[in-house]
Amino acid sequence: MQSHESHAWLWWIPLLPLIGSAIAGALHLATLRARKNDPSAAAPGTLAPWIACAAMAAAFGLSVKGFFTLQELAPSARQLASTVHHWISVNYPARGEFAVDLSLLLDPLSSTMTLVVTGVGFLIHVYAAGYMKGDPGYGKFFAYLNLFVFAMLMLVLSSSLLGVFIGWEGVGLCSFLLIGFWYEKGWPAEAAQKAFVMNRVGDACFLIGSFLLVRLFGTLDMATIAGAIGRGPVELEPDVQLQVSLAALFLFGGACGKSAQFPLFTWLPDAMAGPTPVSALIHAATMVTSGIYLIVRLNPLFASSGWVLPVIGVVGALTALIGGSTALVQRDIKKVLAYSTVSQLGYMFLALGTGAWAAAVFHLVTHAFFKALLFLGAGSVIHGMHEEQDMHKMGGLRKYMPQTFVTFLAGSAALSGLPLMSGFFSKDEILAHAFAGGGLYWGLWIVGVLTAALTAYYTWRMVALTFFGEERFDRHHVHPHESPAVMTVPLMVLAVLSVVGGVLGLPPVLHAPHLLAEWLEPVTRDGSRILAERAGEHELSHTLEWILLGLGAAIALAFAHTGFHAHKRGTAQDETLTARRPALAAWLADAWTIDTTYKRVILLPLRLVSFVVAVVVDQFAIDGTVNGIGASARDVAQWTRRSATGSLAGYAMWMGAGAVVISLVWMWS
Amino acid sequence: MNVPSEHLLYLSAGLFALGLLGFLVRRNVIVVLMCVELMLNAANLAFLAASRQHSTAEHPALQGPVFAIFVITVAAAEAAVGLALVIALYRLKQSAETDAAAEMKG
Repeated sequence: MQSHESHAWLWWIPLLPLIGSAIAGALHLATLRARKNDPSAAAPGTLAPWIACAAMAAAFGLSVKGFFTLQELAPSARQLASTVHHWISVNYPARGEFAVDLSLLLDPLSSTMTLVVTGVGFLIHVYAAGYMKGDPGYGKFFAYLNLFVFAMLMLVLSSSLLGVFIGWEGVGLCSFLLIGFWYEKGWPAEAAQKAFVMNRVGDACFLIGSFLLVRLFGTLDMATIAGAIGRGPVELEPDVQLQVSLAALFLFGGACGKSAQFPLFTWLPDAMAGPTPVSALIHAATMVTSGIYLIVRLNPLFASSGWVLPVIGVVGALTALIGGSTALVQRDIKKVLAYSTVSQLGYMFLALGTGAWAAAVFHLVTHAFFKALLFLGAGSVIHGMHEEQDMHKMGGLRKYMPQTFVTFLAGSAALSGLPLMSGFFSKDEILAHAFAGGGLYWGLWIVGVLTAALTAYYTWRMVALTFFGEERFDRHHVHPHESPAVMTVPLMVLAVLSVVGGVLGLPPVLHAPHLLAEWLEPVTRDGSRILAERAGEHELSHTLEWILLGLGAAIALAFAHTGFHAHKRGTAQDETLTARRPALAAWLADAWTIDTTYKRVILLPLRLVSFVVAVVVDQFAIDGTVNGIGASARDVAQWTRRSATGSLAGYAMWMGAGAVVISLVWMWS
Repeated sequence: MNVPSEHLLYLSAGLFALGLLGFLVRRNVIVVLMCVELMLNAANLAFLAASRQHSTAEHPALQGPVFAIFVITVAAAEAAVGLALVIALYRLKQSAETDAAAEMKG
């Protein structure tokens, strides 16, 4: 990659949230100090959201500037780079230099991600200013939130895998801190730990993948790696092919952890223990998409990886199905959305598995809009219901919170893929790519269509249970109310984006340009070319595309209708399922018992081994040895202490005897 | 009269044995200290006897007398410290017997 001129201002995009985080944290500490003696003292921490939102707005402004700067350039030259520091430089006499720079790269892909992170992030910050009001950790919350945005921006802007890894770990840390934000309650702390530990599994895979890439290419610069594969021969030597496949597989393993894919997805539903804006920002819109970003960023590597791509597709489809079916029976509104997120992320991986890089990013962007909207809407409901999350204790809320209701409808329509909504186009594009893939992908297409049906069903079940039907809450104690404007205005903005977001990627049959695919073309070109040369082009006829579009629309409408009408009367439908098929309901509610399986297969043996190590090895063997040495020393001393009689004459006699012995020895030798 | 040096050594050994015997069997600390003095003087006598044995008219062996003077000096200091300890012991235990200070018994 040639760096013509340095664009040092790029650094301000991640640095502004970092500065905001530091200031918000300092304000929080000042609050703590002020409140230590006088609990009613003025809290400087209430200024924190202003700082944090201002940092986000400024970062968003710079991201927009970056977008327009890129747009003025020729498509193939759309790269802005800034290197401030040659971080690591090691010279191996045999293999040449290994160097890692601290550098940022803004290209169409990272620009898209930056806009989503700062744009949606800004709206969520504004919303959180209302949602978290009155929380004792107000300032701390915004410090963490801004720190998260910093790490996320480092993740998407870094030009080297090491920089990505810094951001990768940073977002993991902030996710941990924010899931466990209300750690006093106990279970959020456990959920935070679970998320952290499960992510470690993925992170280890990420590192191994990076090491393999260093071995193969001698660098961690992603543009260099992608370029080297893009320029190389399409058919690789068998041993190189194996290494490329392994590197891709391990990086995908890393993506599985961060992006909550089977089998590492079970931390995400638990992560709902965090405050709702956190769920919207980290566990729906941004952090969980970093795995998709990573794969798109290295698309030539994955295109050349052979059998890894179908694996990604299968894992994605399986995750989509598990998430979608589990969301059917959840009663907690945030759990529905969490499993829905797992499911939609599965769609994105399904897209990556078919080599539809742009479709994956398209769904990533629309999903960021509508899932952030749905989470924030759910947060508004929870807020209005005095922290109630069980949908069976809601119902009929549409007349109490009209703005939340209308925006929630927009988000639901987009998620369930109702025609012309953003989710409709992005989901349809993924399914069309899977359909065109043929063979194995045919099966994935069927799973995808099935999941789309499930998605429509559970989404409208959620809407019906929450906003329609009789009021199932205790009207004497719960007085549902609409949230303040600081919360509803971000909802409205996101609702508009969820509805019209589809214009970014209209299907080819409409004879409109696919804006996002064209924008990303410089990034995805090599990967798509390699795939086309390896597997051949798959073009769908326009008739077939129309049929698929129609099928998608019909399925979405039919199942949305069924889901809505089955549940608008109340909880009867859920109770019928539990009564008639208790085993099925329990199995679905437990997310296909994957967590239970982990407990049985990993946790139980681990506890057993720990017990053996703790009791047999530690207490018996190690403690026994140490205690035995002590005891034997004590026994020897018990025997020798008898010689210390305390009598002066006795000591003198021993002394004299010793002197005699020494003299004798001396005289004889 | 020319006494052979061996006889002086016999005398020295006898004095030392007497001192040692007293040191071992007597309980009064003052007597014990006196026995120590006796053993030190037996050693002095042995020094002088050996010195006498090795001296000639031209080359007197002076190491023996010098050593004896050192020993006398140290013995004086030892007597001072020892008697001070005896007084301290007496103040503590109202007794000058060695058994009174047998507290470090194992």
